[in-house]
Amino acid sequence: MGGNLLANYGEAVAMLLFGIGFSNLLLQKKLIKKIIGLNIMDTATYLFLAEKGYIAGRAAPIIADNVTSADAYINPVPGGLVLTGIVVSVSTTALMLSLTVRLYRRYHTLDMDEISTMLKKDEI
Amino acid sequence: MDFVQNFPFFSILLSLGSGVLTSVMNKRAARIWNTFVLTAVSAMSAALFVYMLRVKEPFTFMMGHFPAPWGNEIRAGILEAGMALFFSIIMILSIKGGERHIDSEVEESKVNLFYIMINLLLSSLLALIYTNDLFTAYVFVEINTISACGLIMITQHGRAIEAAMRYMIMSSLGSGLLLMGLCILYDITGHLLMSNIKEKVALVYAQGTYNVPLVASIGMICVGLAIKSALYPFHTWLPDAYGYSTVSSAAILSSLVSKGYIFLLIKIFYRVVGFDIIVDSRIMNIFFVFGLAGMIMGSVNAILENDIRRMVAFSSVAQIGYIYMGFGLGTAFGMVAAVFHILSHASTKSRLFMASAGLSDVSGKSKRFEDLTGSGYRNPIAGIAFMAGACSMVGIPLFSGFISKLLFAQAAVQNSILKLLPALLCLAVSTVLNAIYFMRTVIRIYTPIDAGTVGRKNLKMALGMDIRICPVYTVVLLLMMRLNMLLGCCSQPIVNWIESGLGMFG
Repeated sequence: MGGNLLANYGEAVAMLLFGIGFSNLLLQKKLIKKIIGLNIMDTATYLFLAEKGYIAGRAAPIIADNVTSADAYINPVPGGLVLTGIVVSVSTTALMLSLTVRLYRRYHTLDMDEISTMLKKDEI
Repeated sequence: MDFVQNFPFFSILLSLGSGVLTSVMNKRAARIWNTFVLTAVSAMSAALFVYMLRVKEPFTFMMGHFPAPWGNEIRAGILEAGMALFFSIIMILSIKGGERHIDSEVEESKVNLFYIMINLLLSSLLALIYTNDLFTAYVFVEINTISACGLIMITQHGRAIEAAMRYMIMSSLGSGLLLMGLCILYDITGHLLMSNIKEKVALVYAQGTYNVPLVASIGMICVGLAIKSALYPFHTWLPDAYGYSTVSSAAILSSLVSKGYIFLLIKIFYRVVGFDIIVDSRIMNIFFVFGLAGMIMGSVNAILENDIRRMVAFSSVAQIGYIYMGFGLGTAFGMVAAVFHILSHASTKSRLFMASAGLSDVSGKSKRFEDLTGSGYRNPIAGIAFMAGACSMVGIPLFSGFISKLLFAQAAVQNSILKLLPALLCLAVSTVLNAIYFMRTVIRIYTPIDAGTVGRKNLKMALGMDIRICPVYTVVLLLMMRLNMLLGCCSQPIVNWIESGLGMFG
């Protein structure tokens, strides 16, 4: 167990970061902190993928010096997944930030709970 | 290869492309184009459905020029084709029925944005239904979330924006878990195509070397999708999102968006992990418990609600609970019942939202129960539609809700006593609770206004309202009722269809 953990420290760190980001997104009150949590969570996933996709001693999957043997390069798929994931995460972050701007202009606070109480007061 | 086999790809591409195209159109053109796209997609899905009925064999469609283990694939079976047809029909009806509300509630310059979101939503739903690649599914889950968020906040109501924010937060949590689960699954198996993953998962599970990560990844995927489809403890965003968005958005969100995620989950059960391994991993028991909790708590919250739209929204929480309870039974028949309930709930809930919007239109735009008194007389068609929907939700025979409850009960009886008893008990309690709040509403809307007791102000408000009833709205409600009765009266062919469709998954 301990040996495995040490050998796979990259994945362990990724999981730890994922947990940190996840709990920030869930528990923080301030919207900006929530969005930071979202980014930490997504980045942790990319770290995990990159860590898993790397094979020690091999080069990035770009053909160099006419070496075409597949054994010389690492698997390109995780890299592709990370790139796709980054695109998705950028658009989600942009959308959440724009929503935050909307809410701030209307209610002059970034605190989700405060906004909810204000809305409930408006109702009654 | 038959030409019909191109249709899944065509329909995804058509709706995705029109999402981009609509951005340069004005309101009128966007509306006409959107109707055309939806009709074309329904026609193509119907053709595919008929073709599948004839061929009885699922097919895979290669996307791009790379063969199976590397390239991307689309797969269609009879269940997928039928679901695509059903989803697009519900979408057309929801949009047509709510058109007048879109005009009055959405800013003139933003109406075409609404149709962009609808087109993107349709394409992502179709892609979730047809895709055979897990990572593609993840990407389209995100597109689905973003367009749903746009649909929620299109009215610019303060509470709608807040609800959209809550929805985004919960959804991001769900997609984070889903993505992490997919990555772990990819690490264990080395594949992204569903059929390849299934082979490897069976192998790995038999060897028993990676059982902990495997179960962890299954758990992450299931919890992620459960969060996104608003299973009970994760439903906090739902009432505001459905209550304060425009009525078409609410109908589409409740009957299609959450169902898209659930359909993906079913696909993952059957096509990625394998049903036996899912049952063996005992994740179903967790669904069972939360499903039961949702069935009761959703109904209790609905009873406490004083706003008709929010009440219908809370009833959605209860119905999602039913679906997950069906999963939780862990038998093939439980899955059939759950899939039937997806159809039944989608056809009922969209109509209830439409009808409640019609009722509040004739009550001074108010959604509170006090003001709705007697609204069933002022807008007869909405009143009848609401009553029929309520009957279906409560489970009166002839309506689809009865059949889904019957199927759930049958599936429960096949189970051991440990699950049989709580399932039947909660079904009974939840039915009673459903009856309480729906019948209360029906009685309320059919209580005649008496000038002496209600007061002159209310009476004047009631009579002075715009009670013109749009013919399209009437036709839409009648069609939705017809669809619901069809599900309720001709249930056996539909159950057979679902059974054969789930069989094709395996």
